[in-house]
Amino acid sequence: MNLLKNFALSLVGATLVVGLWALVSTTISKDLPSPIKTWTESKVYILQPFDKRGEMDQGILRMAAYSLYRVAKGFLLAILIGTPLGFLLGNSLLLSKMFDPVIQILRPISPLAWLPLGLILFRQSEPAALFTIALCSMWPTVINTMQGVRSIPQDYLNVATVLRLSPWRRFTKVLLPATLPYMFTGYRLSLGLAWLVIVAAEMLTGTPGVGGFLWQEYNSLIYSHILLCILTIGLVGFALDRLMGIAETRLRAA
Amino acid sequence: MTMTTQRPLEITSLTKVFPTPSGPHVAVKDFRALIQPGEFVSLLGHSGCGKSTVLAIVAGLSSASEGGVIVDGKEIEGPGLERALVFQTPSLLPWMTALDNVLLAVSQAHPALGHREQKAMASKYLDMVGLTEYANQRPTELSQGTQQRVAIARAFSLEPRFLLLDEPFGALDSITRRELQDLLLDLWEQDRKTVLMVTHDVDEALYLSDRIILMTDGPESRVGLELEITLPRPRSAEGSLDHPDYFRLRREVLQFLEHHSKQFSSGGHAGHSNKKSSAVVV
Repeated sequence: MNLLKNFALSLVGATLVVGLWALVSTTISKDLPSPIKTWTESKVYILQPFDKRGEMDQGILRMAAYSLYRVAKGFLLAILIGTPLGFLLGNSLLLSKMFDPVIQILRPISPLAWLPLGLILFRQSEPAALFTIALCSMWPTVINTMQGVRSIPQDYLNVATVLRLSPWRRFTKVLLPATLPYMFTGYRLSLGLAWLVIVAAEMLTGTPGVGGFLWQEYNSLIYSHILLCILTIGLVGFALDRLMGIAETRLRAA
Repeated sequence: MTMTTQRPLEITSLTKVFPTPSGPHVAVKDFRALIQPGEFVSLLGHSGCGKSTVLAIVAGLSSASEGGVIVDGKEIEGPGLERALVFQTPSLLPWMTALDNVLLAVSQAHPALGHREQKAMASKYLDMVGLTEYANQRPTELSQGTQQRVAIARAFSLEPRFLLLDEPFGALDSITRRELQDLLLDLWEQDRKTVLMVTHDVDEALYLSDRIILMTDGPESRVGLELEITLPRPRSAEGSLDHPDYFRLRREVLQFLEHHSKQFSSGGHAGHSNKKSSAVVV
């Protein structure tokens, strides 16, 4: 019953926002397509979500799938680098003192700043996009893993010590399981960031995907499709976060 | 093997200095003790007197600044599986079942055994502490007392010669504490391992020990008084607590804790720190 009530309330909230959108599009900003106009001009993308009519003219879910695939690769790269890095920094006070300031400086750099560098380094849009996604999204993984390693209760480490666990067993039986919940929090935040970055990366590299489509439609002056892309990006990002949230709770319960 | 098991555990003029911002802090100074094979010895003192520091050094979790611990004629270097430690908190790994927590210890102590044998052995030790039916539960599903039982099973499953207990029942309610004290006594009577237990519970020390080593208050704490507890064994709550010697011993311990300890710590090196009590019950 509560669930139903909450759902009804969020529906009311969404309706209010769409109403505001409609109001703004008819009064203040005539360039902003109204919700109805957005729907009529976009429905072919939504109702035939997997159609492929051309390189940059494809169903919205097909576009989203391209983007997701790209995000998955960049995210994987981010956690493959970020997790060991987090363990290393969490275990060594020396290393963390050395690299913490660097990380704090690299962390707030926007994908728009990294992308040109990636293009120079790799000379191709795809690896440049992955480079950007990985570089922007890995910091929460690094920082949370590091925090997780540091938060391991001394009791567990003492157990590992008095039981004379080998370094490998110490890692697999104590360090890793103790850090796992923190790591997953990092992964969740990283995935959110990776999804944020994909749009910027696709916009600038012009590759097919939600972000690329958005930029193309901006250049083609089809503003309703921009709104379609924005909504899609939001919904997909929301779904990703929920999925990671479920994985995280499962992990904590285990 | 019989030769080595007969050797006492020796703590030789152990000193522990901690560096602090305001200069070195001498927590323990010139602590000496000889613990005979099969003896149950308690270290008793006010909290913060350094008794846990001594135990941590014996366990190999911490190193001595001076002096050391001699086991089998050799000075120890770090932890060893012949010295099992039970912590103040159960310290079970929460992502493993009770059985797997014990199994981890078994697999370390008996690496030559097959997985099946190791598992059987872990079950046997869980059984010994009465937890057969909790084998597949995780620590968070168990009460504090039950968790500590698992921790005791884990320590015994190492089949150690020395059992080190760091205020093992300090966090438990009094009924559970009494239950676990009896469990420990039962297990100990089976093969009489050498035990060094840290506690600040006078009754616990009297009830369990053959000998109590009372420590002076820190800093520079050391042995203040040693007291033989010759209450007859096997002990039980009714029999031991009603024993005429019990109250006399108890009074002696309390007197030490109330007066003697302060005198000792303020008196510096005056007095013979290792003197045996004249009140040994024969």
